[in-house]
Amino acid sequence: MKLHIPVENPQYQMLKRDIARYRRKPGPLIQVLHRAQEIFGYLPPEVQYFVAQELNVPVSQVYGVVTFYNFFRTEPVAKHVINVCMGTACHVKGAEGIVKAISEELGIKVGETTKDKFFTLSTARCFGACGLAPVIMINEDVFGKLTPEKVKDVIREYREEKQREEREGNN
Amino acid sequence: MPKRLDILVCSGAACISNDSTTIKNKLQAVLKENNLEEEVAIVETGCMGPCELGPVMLVYPDGVFYIRLKEKDIEEIVKEHVIKGRPVKRLQWTTPEARKIVEERKQIPFFEKQMKIVLSNCGKIDPENIEEYIAVGGYEALAKVLTTMTPEQVIEEMINSGLRGRGGAGFPTGLKWKATRDADGDEKYIVCNGDEGDPGAFMDRAILEGDPHTVIEGMAIAAYAVGAKQGYVYVRAEYPLAVKRLDKAIQQARKYGVLGKNIFETGFDFDIDIRIGAGAFVCGEETALIASIEGKRGQPRPKPPFPAQKGLWGKPTVINNVETFANVRHIILNGSKWFASIGTEKSKGTKVFALSGKVENTGLVEVPMGISIKDLVFEIGGGIPGGKEFKAVQVGGPSGGCVPAEYMDTPIDYESLKKLGTIMGSGGVIVLDEDTCMVNLAKFFLDFTQEESCGQCVPCRIGLKHLFDILDRITKGQGRMEDLETLEKLGEEIRRTSLCGLGQSAPNPVLSTLRYFKDEYIEHIKDKKCRAGVCQFETVKEKETIEEKLKGII
Repeated sequence: MKLHIPVENPQYQMLKRDIARYRRKPGPLIQVLHRAQEIFGYLPPEVQYFVAQELNVPVSQVYGVVTFYNFFRTEPVAKHVINVCMGTACHVKGAEGIVKAISEELGIKVGETTKDKFFTLSTARCFGACGLAPVIMINEDVFGKLTPEKVKDVIREYREEKQREEREGNN
Repeated sequence: MPKRLDILVCSGAACISNDSTTIKNKLQAVLKENNLEEEVAIVETGCMGPCELGPVMLVYPDGVFYIRLKEKDIEEIVKEHVIKGRPVKRLQWTTPEARKIVEERKQIPFFEKQMKIVLSNCGKIDPENIEEYIAVGGYEALAKVLTTMTPEQVIEEMINSGLRGRGGAGFPTGLKWKATRDADGDEKYIVCNGDEGDPGAFMDRAILEGDPHTVIEGMAIAAYAVGAKQGYVYVRAEYPLAVKRLDKAIQQARKYGVLGKNIFETGFDFDIDIRIGAGAFVCGEETALIASIEGKRGQPRPKPPFPAQKGLWGKPTVINNVETFANVRHIILNGSKWFASIGTEKSKGTKVFALSGKVENTGLVEVPMGISIKDLVFEIGGGIPGGKEFKAVQVGGPSGGCVPAEYMDTPIDYESLKKLGTIMGSGGVIVLDEDTCMVNLAKFFLDFTQEESCGQCVPCRIGLKHLFDILDRITKGQGRMEDLETLEKLGEEIRRTSLCGLGQSAPNPVLSTLRYFKDEYIEHIKDKKCRAGVCQFETVKEKETIEEKLKGII
């Protein structure tokens, strides 16, 4: 299968430049994929194919690595990703209830994105913030010591705040 | 040595603008006048919260909160509180809000029972400034090693110290270094394992974020001892701040000539690169981690050959955990005798534990090896909140097991934990109370490991899935008594026949809860009852009717 790769696209140009830098170091594939996901937000087949070409490795090897690691995504996600920590401390302090509350609030299951493409709901292993359990992260922001009621407020407030920021940014 | 009192002076922006620096200097001076410097530690902390009451100061272990301090008050606080043990009421803040902050601040664990070696700099120096690290004796150990010791002497010192790997299995560090030094190879590597995947463990994160240079220095000393020129630190992608601080630290170390070519003009070259993981629990296993650094799928391979013979890119490699490397400089500076005097007969030094779950004070604690579980949970952890009953501690994450309350006098070291069916692991300690269902907890860990199995070997890939399915059935009230025997048999089999440490230890959560909490399993199966009230039993009426129907037919 031959995929159409829009190499003239600035995102690909940026990745190409970065790959040239990584190529000099041994074993660069995972670091390149990190960078690619930063640029594209996820790793669709075209990007995987492009990485394989640039690093001169079989595309099967790239696909093998992408699907092995939890961190790499092959589907696009919303701008704001909610990650619920499912580590042990969070588990014993009721992380299940937190997931359920968010699901109810947003009307989506884990792994899904809201209709307005605002939130994606995801779970993670452990943030290492066990002292604040149960805890969630929305993008890089951490919210701890939650209850099912509290987390609904957190999400509502987060949405309002971001939407306000976006509006102000546009003006 | 632990200090008698820790005085935390807030150095948040608001308190600084309220002249907290003068307060701190005055405190330092008055303590010195009274010869109390050895007994009392002053710690400058980040913002404590109640900025409108600044400058503020907290005294531990008493948990006394002083507010709106003036320079003239300090004399009185030292005379009355520090010397005579009578807190100065007039300056104290005692509202419920204050109590809350005092409790929360206990997360920064400044307690008497602790002994800080590995964490000695964390929270006390600015991790982004190499000069602060050097000011507290940083890179002195590296200088000592490079200028006064042969590689053999360094290894001997490490062997004599009795330091064992802090990542889980507890292999003697010095022997690992010796094997790598003795292995044939033109190139050798040092790898630091910062893939802290155990849920409930966050000490490596704290060290990398709070004192990255101590890890760099430990790695450089290892490199000199085994003859390596290149090192890698493998950090989880979930720890972006750790990556950022470490990266900055490496750049500063190069600038100051403690990494790079011709370090301390001794002809010794060593440099470090960071490799960021991509979220795979199995990469904490050393051969899988090596594969991941090479840019491959993180799949383990059989040992031997051990990494000390054939590691990264097939070359002899030392691979140690973050906390292990953080111990190295202290051993070099204070000597192996000093280190070996701490801890128990076979487990030397201190261990950092991440205390969390159903316990009052959560956070990182560093204690001498051999402390009892009771002291850890009740003295340092402050006991169980809400008057609930202490049930067990879970130690060692998904590879570990549960130790029930009746064993709480057990000293924590590698051997005694192993005897109880768990492992030291990376040091995550999760406290469980009466509201935790042990069957559900075992299921939680199996759900984790069966998903994280790399899928290479059958016992782990298929066996763990079966264990999980059986546990799932039991927690839904559909278990059978013969399931218990199957769990035990299958668990033992997986333990014996799996390729790597993940599979070999994954049955531990099931086997250890079966060992100590079998009655809970039986209750789930026979009485459809979960005493913790966690498991929701589905009605099995329909199934019964089918069975009844069958009976009728037969």
